[in-house]
Amino acid sequence: MTTKRGTISGINGNLMTVEFEDAVIQNEVAYAVLGDTRLKAEVIRVRGRRADLQVFEDTTGLQVGGTVEFTGQLLSVELAPGLLGQIFDGLQNPLPKLAEQCGFFLKRGTYLPAIPRDRAWAYTPAVKPGAIVRAGDTLGTVPEGIFTHRIMAPFTLAGSWTLEYAAPAGNYTVEQEIARLRPGGYAGQARLRSNSPRGREQETLSVSMLQTWPVKIPIRCYAERLKPGEPLITKIRILDTFFPVARGGTYCIPGPFGAGKTVLQQLTSRHADVDIVIIAACGERAGEVVETLREFPHLTDPRTGRTLMERTIIVCNTSSMPVAAREASVYTGVTLAEYYRQMGLNVLLLADSTSRWAQALREMSGRLEEIPGEEAFPAYLESVIASFYERGGIVRLNDKTFGSVTIGGTVSPAGGNFEEPVTQATLKVVGAFHGLSRDRANARRFPSIHPLESWSKYRSIVPRTELDLARRVLRAGNEVDQMMKVLGEEGTSLADFVIYLKAEYLDAVYLQQDAYHPVDGATSAERQKYVFHYLVGILGTPMKFADKAVARKFFQTLTQITKDWNETPQEAPAFSEIEARLKQMVAEVTDDA
Amino acid sequence: MRRIYRRIEQIAGNVITLRAEHVSYRELAEVFVRGGQSLAQVIRLEGDRVALQVFSGTRGITTDAEAVFLGHPMQTSFSPALLGRVFTGIGVPRDKGPVITENPIPIGGPSVNPAKRIIPYRMIRTGIPMIDVFNTLVESQKLPIFSVAGEPYNPLLARIALQAEVDIIILGGMGLKYDDYLFFRDTLEEQGALSRSILFIHTAADPTVECLMTPDIALAVAEQFALQGKRVLVLLTDMTNFADALKEIAITMEQVPSNRGYPGDLYSQLAARYEKAVDFDDAGSITILAATTMPGDDVTHPVPDNTGYITEGQFYLRNGHIEPFGSLSRLKQLVNKDTRKDHRTIMNSMIQLYAAYKESQEKRAMGFRMSAWDQSLLKYGARFEKEMMDLNVNIPLEKALDLGWAIMAGCFEPAETGIPTQMIDEFWPVKARGLPAEGLV
Repeated sequence: MTTKRGTISGINGNLMTVEFEDAVIQNEVAYAVLGDTRLKAEVIRVRGRRADLQVFEDTTGLQVGGTVEFTGQLLSVELAPGLLGQIFDGLQNPLPKLAEQCGFFLKRGTYLPAIPRDRAWAYTPAVKPGAIVRAGDTLGTVPEGIFTHRIMAPFTLAGSWTLEYAAPAGNYTVEQEIARLRPGGYAGQARLRSNSPRGREQETLSVSMLQTWPVKIPIRCYAERLKPGEPLITKIRILDTFFPVARGGTYCIPGPFGAGKTVLQQLTSRHADVDIVIIAACGERAGEVVETLREFPHLTDPRTGRTLMERTIIVCNTSSMPVAAREASVYTGVTLAEYYRQMGLNVLLLADSTSRWAQALREMSGRLEEIPGEEAFPAYLESVIASFYERGGIVRLNDKTFGSVTIGGTVSPAGGNFEEPVTQATLKVVGAFHGLSRDRANARRFPSIHPLESWSKYRSIVPRTELDLARRVLRAGNEVDQMMKVLGEEGTSLADFVIYLKAEYLDAVYLQQDAYHPVDGATSAERQKYVFHYLVGILGTPMKFADKAVARKFFQTLTQITKDWNETPQEAPAFSEIEARLKQMVAEVTDDA
Repeated sequence: MRRIYRRIEQIAGNVITLRAEHVSYRELAEVFVRGGQSLAQVIRLEGDRVALQVFSGTRGITTDAEAVFLGHPMQTSFSPALLGRVFTGIGVPRDKGPVITENPIPIGGPSVNPAKRIIPYRMIRTGIPMIDVFNTLVESQKLPIFSVAGEPYNPLLARIALQAEVDIIILGGMGLKYDDYLFFRDTLEEQGALSRSILFIHTAADPTVECLMTPDIALAVAEQFALQGKRVLVLLTDMTNFADALKEIAITMEQVPSNRGYPGDLYSQLAARYEKAVDFDDAGSITILAATTMPGDDVTHPVPDNTGYITEGQFYLRNGHIEPFGSLSRLKQLVNKDTRKDHRTIMNSMIQLYAAYKESQEKRAMGFRMSAWDQSLLKYGARFEKEMMDLNVNIPLEKALDLGWAIMAGCFEPAETGIPTQMIDEFWPVKARGLPAEGLV
């Protein structure tokens, strides 16, 4: 089949208008030919015989009359063993390989295969010839680092197929045939969903370990989607205890700049209790990606004893990289996540930041001269965001195992104002909201998640009664604080003042956490339950003080000792010593009456 | 091949539209205007209609003016001869030196592969405690100074530039007042730093379009020096003028504005410049310090707001000193672990206490009675402002840390500071330990 071609008729920034003769497909990938390089682009609108394409590269040098080659393929990613530990750009180009080839700078028009073609994998078949398989069923496995990577029947299969040939165990590269499938099983009718001509329906299908999948379409080869319930431990106290995230759930972190969004994402990527973490750095600083990709190979994952990099994939399209590829990067990330979910693994996708992606949509929408919605964002912003977060979830696969994709997205609201369209569109569809506060960040109260404004619909690791009590104290403490701003300390009763001090105490020793401290930086679920139960006991204890100065002094000392406690490993003898000291201190001020 | 066109169809703002063929996107053209010529750049292609942004502005352009396409995008020359020289925003000599045309390099080149960057690890010492102790500047950082017009942001930039240990200083001035340009030039000259500096100056009187080129040229030159292993400091002042120039062109091109008239791609445009800050694997580095004036002292204004999301922190310059709140160096964690053990403790505790001081101050302003605790805080805050925050203080980091302990010991008991016991034992000044703070007696 000859390549379809078109002719450039206009260029405006990264928007290219192309006149075409034959049919084009919406969201089809095309290449603009510029000398001996080819620039990747995607069809985003068709009007008459003109198609508007967003170009994923700098368009400098393109001319009206230039040639565009259409590929007939939607924007897709490659799925095969060899993804883990890699660093891709938004279009799944491996960045370290690009660096080897092009040096310091990202040369436009250079595209490399995402999966190494020459590496052989030790393949073990899982099914025998004659078996009936459906899309996503396991054909065999290869070990990929610490995981058993399932080689699955192509996700594009429709209906049942019969396994005609299964390759024997041995070493294969990703492009070698490992199985052949014949259409039809007992269910009978079957054909490829893709646009293969009907005459070829009865031919057999050769399957290798490598398959491609269009990024904007969710992979749906599972039996059913379930309700997220099991908590995903992040070892960040304020999250796990107060605003938990569930496996297969979704959450968002909106916050003004400097409030610590990215640090929070980095901590989560290190400590989260999941199998695989995919970091989609979308339109953010390159420096942050560099920190992750330079540090992760040297950090040990306490769960497996291997480096963190072995469970991580980074998809990065930083702010100075071409804007159109930003949108692609979040979709690439979520597609990779879904692929590993299909293997019965728990995957966490961290998207930082979804606002940059929304801005990319806005830029494109502006160039297309669409009628703008609120703050010039396109009218379809909400549905696009909603369908992205809906790709998260916990599912029961066809083989009765479970897999999940948890999505955490940061939002960078303009001016730190949560009323803006991206934050609002996100809040509608997520299960937890971790709102960062500039005031808390300014006062160096990290993580700066606002304890009264944030919420989560998922179940906490601590008992509900304890949580309610802690929440009541925080709220009451805040009210007293507000009141004191008007009435002054002398206008506040001692009882109210103690409530205020208790709230401040809980904030200082539990909500705040020193991310850079080896012990305090990560608190296990068991320790959280233990410490929280203990602190709630203190909060619930009636206390008696001579005056406010004494009360303040007491809580200052209590805070300091509790902070020391936080920095002591649970198994160290000092842990129970400090605990005993706290107990004694509290006993001395307890009001028995 | 020279291609000459004479048929201008539209003149609007700084943009002219003409019909031409075989024109490349972003190609440069020379447009002949009455009494001279000006460079212009292609900013939109639509069939055979070509929109050109004219650098010197369109005033005086006739509809039959000649446009010659040059066949290449905007370039600037890179050579060691640039050092010690002063140019306009598009690289034309502003001093009396010769024109430099050798070794042309493209501007606004592709971004650096993240895989070739390294984690910044070198602190830049400035002698200003508010920076060194609380928000350490790190080589290859990109950091704006947010302030309002009238604050001494330019002197601050100049002072940091002179005290920082870098090989080359490149100044990109955008919409600079002529006096400010002279101030920079004279200060660099007096301190003997001009010979390692290059100045690209667009003054407020120059054409707007040139303002758009200034950061790109400055950064393209910086990038070449960095690739040769030099440590380059780029000063950009004032980025708000750059953003306003973007706005002007966007409105002329009838783009849908997104927020207060600024184009929807403001973030990407700013990021493309700031992200040039880099620490290369096996080569030099670029550090970017930029001044961003906040119209109406409003940090939620689109320019400082977008900037804040791009840069690695920010300094707020207000009332002549760097504000402890809001000011942030996101990279400080990378270097302050290796300076001195107590660095982070001092940094966090002093700011927390200063925040408490601000609350007490508010209470006092409202006429409430001051408790003993408030009294200690007030005493502390006053000392902190005078001995640490004042921009005239010029002491090395270690002295500043010692001073921090001394101030705290002079105002509080150890437990009141919330500092871990271990740190107190090691660093709390011995004479003051155990004695009650004066306010509590």
